[in-house]
Amino acid sequence: MTVIEIVIAALAAFGAILTLLAGVGIVRMPDVYLRISVTTKAASLGVGVLLICAAMYFDEPSVTTKVLAIILFILLTAPVGAHLIGRVAYIMGVPLWKKSVMDDLKGQYKGRSKELQSDEADGGDAIHAED
Amino acid sequence: MTLHEFLYWFILPVLAVSALLVFVRFFLGPSIADRVVAFDLLIVVGIGIIAIYSIITEQPTFLDIAMIFALIAFLGTTAMSYYLRKSQHKGRHKDKVLPKLKKRNSHDRD
Repeated sequence: MTVIEIVIAALAAFGAILTLLAGVGIVRMPDVYLRISVTTKAASLGVGVLLICAAMYFDEPSVTTKVLAIILFILLTAPVGAHLIGRVAYIMGVPLWKKSVMDDLKGQYKGRSKELQSDEADGGDAIHAED
Repeated sequence: MTLHEFLYWFILPVLAVSALLVFVRFFLGPSIADRVVAFDLLIVVGIGIIAIYSIITEQPTFLDIAMIFALIAFLGTTAMSYYLRKSQHKGRHKDKVLPKLKKRNSHDRD
C-alpha cells in the first residue's frame, strides 16, 4: 500500500467508527431530542470523512467538486432538518426523558394554535425571577 | 492487504451494522418523530456506503446518486415535519396516532 492508500484507509476507518457511533446512539439514547442531537453531529462528520476518502482516491477535479458539494449540502441541511423535526416533536407532545433537568419551552406554546409566545405579557417575572 | 480488501472486509461491515442499528430504531421508534430521524440517518449512512462502493468499484459516477440522496433526505424531513405540524394544527393527529404518548405527557402546554 502506498502512503495515500494508508491515509485513505485510516480516514475510512475513522468515518466508519463515527457512523457506527451514530447508529449506537440512535438506539441507546432515551429521548427523541437526544437522538436528534447524536445523529446530526456524528453522522455529518462521519459521512463527510467517508466522502473525503472518495475524493482523495479518485483525485480528479470533477469528483472533488461533487464531493465538496455533497459535504456542503449535508452540513447545511442537517441542522435545519434537526431543528424542524425537533420543534414538531415538541409541539406534538413527545415526552422528554424523565431525568431531563430543565425544559425552557415549558408553557411557551399556548393554546391550540401552538403559537410561540413570550412571558412578557402576563408572567414577565418568570424569566427575571433568577436575577 | 490492498486498500480494496480493507474497505470490503472492514469498512463496509461496520457501515452495514450501523445501518442495521438505525433500522432497529426505525421499527421500534415510539413516536413518528423517531422514525423520521431514523429515516434521515439511514439515508446519510447510505451516502457513506455509496462513497465506499464508488472506491471499491472505481466508478465515481455513483457519487451523483449520493448527491440525489442528500437532496431527498432533506426534502423528506422537511415534508414530514410540515405535514405533522399541519395535522397537529387541526388536532386530528394527536388523538389518533399518539394516545399513549399523550397520556404520559410530562410537559403540558396549555
